[in-house]
Amino acid sequence: MPALAAAPVAGLAVFYVWPLATLLTRVLEPGSVSDALSAPGLSHVLWFTLWQALVSTALTMAIGFAPAYLLARFRFRGRGALLAMVTVPFMLPTVVVGAAFLALLPNSWHGTARAVIVAHVFFNIAVVVRLVGAMWAVLPTDLTAAARTLGAKPAQVLRFVVLPLLRSALWAAATVVFLFTFTSFGAVKLLGGAANPTLEVEIARRATQLGDVDGAAVLSLLQLLILGAVVWWSSRWQRRATVHLGAGGVARTARARHERRFVAFAGALTALVMVVPLVVLTSRSFRLGGGWSLNAWRMLGSSEVRPGISLGVDPLASLLTSLKFAVVAALVSVVIGGLAALAIAAARRHGSLLDVGLMLPLGTSAVTIGLGMLITFDTAPFDWRARWWLIPLGHALVATPFVVRALLPVLRSIPVDQRAAAATLGASPLRAWLAVDVRRVLRPLTASAGLAAAISLGEFGATTFLTRAGRETVPIAISRLLGRAGEIPRAQGFALATILLVATGLIIGVASGAARADGGARAGGE
Amino acid sequence: MLVANDITVRFGERTVLDRVSLTVASGEVVALLGPSGVGKSTLLRVIAGLLTADSGSVSLDDRDVTMLPSHRRNIGLVFQDEQLFPHLTVAENVAFGLRMQRVGRAATAARVAELLQLVGLAALANLHVTKLSGGEAKRVALARSLAPRPAVLLLDEPLTGLDRELHDRLATELSALLRATGTTALLVTHDVDEATAIADRMERL
Repeated sequence: MPALAAAPVAGLAVFYVWPLATLLTRVLEPGSVSDALSAPGLSHVLWFTLWQALVSTALTMAIGFAPAYLLARFRFRGRGALLAMVTVPFMLPTVVVGAAFLALLPNSWHGTARAVIVAHVFFNIAVVVRLVGAMWAVLPTDLTAAARTLGAKPAQVLRFVVLPLLRSALWAAATVVFLFTFTSFGAVKLLGGAANPTLEVEIARRATQLGDVDGAAVLSLLQLLILGAVVWWSSRWQRRATVHLGAGGVARTARARHERRFVAFAGALTALVMVVPLVVLTSRSFRLGGGWSLNAWRMLGSSEVRPGISLGVDPLASLLTSLKFAVVAALVSVVIGGLAALAIAAARRHGSLLDVGLMLPLGTSAVTIGLGMLITFDTAPFDWRARWWLIPLGHALVATPFVVRALLPVLRSIPVDQRAAAATLGASPLRAWLAVDVRRVLRPLTASAGLAAAISLGEFGATTFLTRAGRETVPIAISRLLGRAGEIPRAQGFALATILLVATGLIIGVASGAARADGGARAGGE
Repeated sequence: MLVANDITVRFGERTVLDRVSLTVASGEVVALLGPSGVGKSTLLRVIAGLLTADSGSVSLDDRDVTMLPSHRRNIGLVFQDEQLFPHLTVAENVAFGLRMQRVGRAATAARVAELLQLVGLAALANLHVTKLSGGEAKRVALARSLAPRPAVLLLDEPLTGLDRELHDRLATELSALLRATGTTALLVTHDVDEATAIADRMERL
């Protein structure tokens, strides 16, 4: 166990704990807290962050309710496809969602809070469908039938039976959506404009544009404290709201006419809402000067708009950079995550400590991670800011927990007897391990490698801090292109976002296919 | 009087009920017998309005209720697995139907107390239903369905899953209770002895 755990522990210590500790020392410097908190505009930032998160959460819950009900309770043709349509946006890079709404919404909406909120709802409907739907699917159907025979009108069934029983799932979903929208970065940066900065955007602005690293550090810590308080408060409520249900419900085919109408209407509307922004994004990359054109795509290969006039961003080069980073991030997180999973599975008690430790980067905002790395690795012999590998390592930090999550259940489910059986059949320990263990982890390993690559391809927040000129990743290039005036860079941004959309979609499709084929080892997944 | 006339229900290719008719006179307790899988529960669901039949009609006291939604039929249903509301106490479960009709607080409390007395669970009024034993849960389900005074009470194998001794005792209690309240009832069972113990009349499906 100690030998196996060495690399994951060292990685976590150097690339997560150390940067966070550095951030903390910046906060503790005399005057930095009072300076940061008295800086003008902070109350505006805090207020905007809070209210847009609350409104986004409320709207997401309200709008996600119907598809959650539909997908949890009914069997119909195309159900699997609809579930995928709802889930995929959640896994898309934030810049792709931001770009899609930039393409979809009229110009008068650009740079407004409305645009940010609409994108947040689109992005997070999956959370409601997944979390609330999972609970709804096991809610006994006869419980609502019982309420109806007791004279409850549909609205009363909802109010007195369904909502109380779903309360813990509703809380969980609302908390997750709130946390995501409170720490939103990519979508806000693309859609919110200068007038609507979230705390996350303000941290990045202070650190990278104003050079006020201390102030940025104070704000990241403030954000961490707020998030911690929200999680603590919500988990208390959630525990209180938990109701233990008996036997599960059954999804069924709609029979009554009003049910068939609901399934058709809600299904079509959901599909429309989930697909239209992505279709518009793609089509806008082919629009130039009021007509259809392939020019934006043709010009992806060069950084010049016109001979001699440079954009400063080379879209095609960013694609190659992102691919390289994704491969490295996937390899690193699979190796580190694999070692960690083996160590955790082997050691019972101390294992869980490593498990929790590796999960921490997930709960830390991307901007905090990026900022921590930026201010930590800036002095020799650790001046790694200019090293290309720092970015994929940051991506791997976020992706590793997923590898561990995917591998652990499989490793734990391997019976010792199987290995013993292999040994008695004359296999050497190494052969036995290869024959039994490796064969079973191959599929989840492939799936999580794909997920790690997808995370790396789309990562924006942390990369913002670590990116260097000439080495932009695709999300960075997209945000630069869409930030430019002019039709061509815009169309190029949409084209690049389309490429990222397709790449991420393909990787997720293949990875979830691999995870599903593995269904025997761990039911349900996730 | 409950009349189910020519009820047909198909699930895809499979015909579960084929032109079934049935009458229960007011104040009568009828047992519906038949092997499992023959569509007894399906018929109860059609009568209760939980399932739309492909054809046929249901009428209650000469009023056609075929198109009426469940909550406006005033037909109670005791489920085989009780389906008590797990987030409510015993008393709150029994009060549910009255609350839906916006019956006053005092009247509700009196009715709940009366029914809990009737099923012998007055002492458990404030207990959460998840803490009940099997027999207690059956009694609460019965009290809950009776509370809003349904025109007809449907019982879907209400005594299945209990041990022999408890089963026999509850069968006697149930029979007495239905008579004492003058309830019109349709009881689904696959047990002839149970049917004889509780019902005035038997129908086979």
